[in-house]
Amino acid sequence: MPFKRYVEIGRIALVNYGKDYGKLVVIVDVIDQNRALVDAPDMVRGQINFKRLTLTDIKIDIKRVPNKKTLVAALEAADVKNKWESSSWGRKLIVQKKRASLNDFDRFKIMLAKIKKAGVVRQELAKLKKETTA
Amino acid sequence: MAPKDRKPHVSRNPDLIRGVGKYSRSKMYHKRGLWAIKAKNGGAFPKHEKQAAAAAPAEKPPKFYPADDVKKPLVNKRKARPTKLRASITPGTVLIILAGRFKGKRVVFLKQLTSGLLLVTGPFKINGVPLRRVNQSYVIATSTKVDISGVNVEKFDDKYFGKKVEKKKKKGEGEFFEAEKEEKNVLPQDKKDDQKTVDAALIAAIEAVPDLKSYLGARFSLKAGMKPHELVF
Repeated sequence: MPFKRYVEIGRIALVNYGKDYGKLVVIVDVIDQNRALVDAPDMVRGQINFKRLTLTDIKIDIKRVPNKKTLVAALEAADVKNKWESSSWGRKLIVQKKRASLNDFDRFKIMLAKIKKAGVVRQELAKLKKETTA
Repeated sequence: MAPKDRKPHVSRNPDLIRGVGKYSRSKMYHKRGLWAIKAKNGGAFPKHEKQAAAAAPAEKPPKFYPADDVKKPLVNKRKARPTKLRASITPGTVLIILAGRFKGKRVVFLKQLTSGLLLVTGPFKINGVPLRRVNQSYVIATSTKVDISGVNVEKFDDKYFGKKVEKKKKKGEGEFFEAEKEEKNVLPQDKKDDQKTVDAALIAAIEAVPDLKSYLGARFSLKAGMKPHELVF
């Protein structure tokens, strides 16, 4: 199985540990074997260990260490936000966040909705069963 | 100046650190304008003569001096006030009761009484919890709020919920085991009416929100996978 996601300038990564947990960052430079310089529109450019990053499939086209304006423009041009939020990984993260922020009342409403949906599914199944046995 | 509403006096000498002011004595003299007051008064600070001390009533020497020193109790300036209400609990909040016969019930908060306890109601028709007092510590506040503006809770206080004092009957020998104590505690009709009036406005507000009625009718319980420290209420 060859590698598909490489550490390169312009690779979008997800921070999986530390103060910026959960943020999408761009690798703008590689410092040494273990560390990269990363940047994101809402953070100060800084170094981070590769162990704290998870690479994504998204890559943008930038030169080494662009200034903030260019970086933001490149992110807009590549439409990273939408690509991320429509990817299955991005969607899963959004659902996790939503579930974690649910109110007690919201959880109750979801329970009612699940029961309703299961009821409808079961009815359809019963109908289909009846047809096949008939 | 006539003593009107005086603002509390702010120091003109800001602290550099605690105990060290920014300005020296001579600078402060100038800042306070003592030179101007003295100039206005012809060179000396205006004095007023001492008020003649009112003649104290003649005290008799005490008859008894205790042999050892009597200790005076320390001064206590604390005032009794109701328990501090959590910021998440406001009138109309849905609370989850955690202990007692109504544990798990979701209930509407009305107001905090002077004793610190929270006045709460089911509403009775929805989940069987009457107008009741509950302690803040045994309650989880959810972020769901009910519109409580149509409800008048002025008349409820701690005395309303106190035990009724019975008039003591005279002890009679033969009457000890009679039917006196057989009458169970029947709720007086006016309390039932109070419940109805409070609940009427509440239920109207509750039915305006979809699913809220069945939400208040259901009990809360922890299911598998629910981590209370991670749940948002």
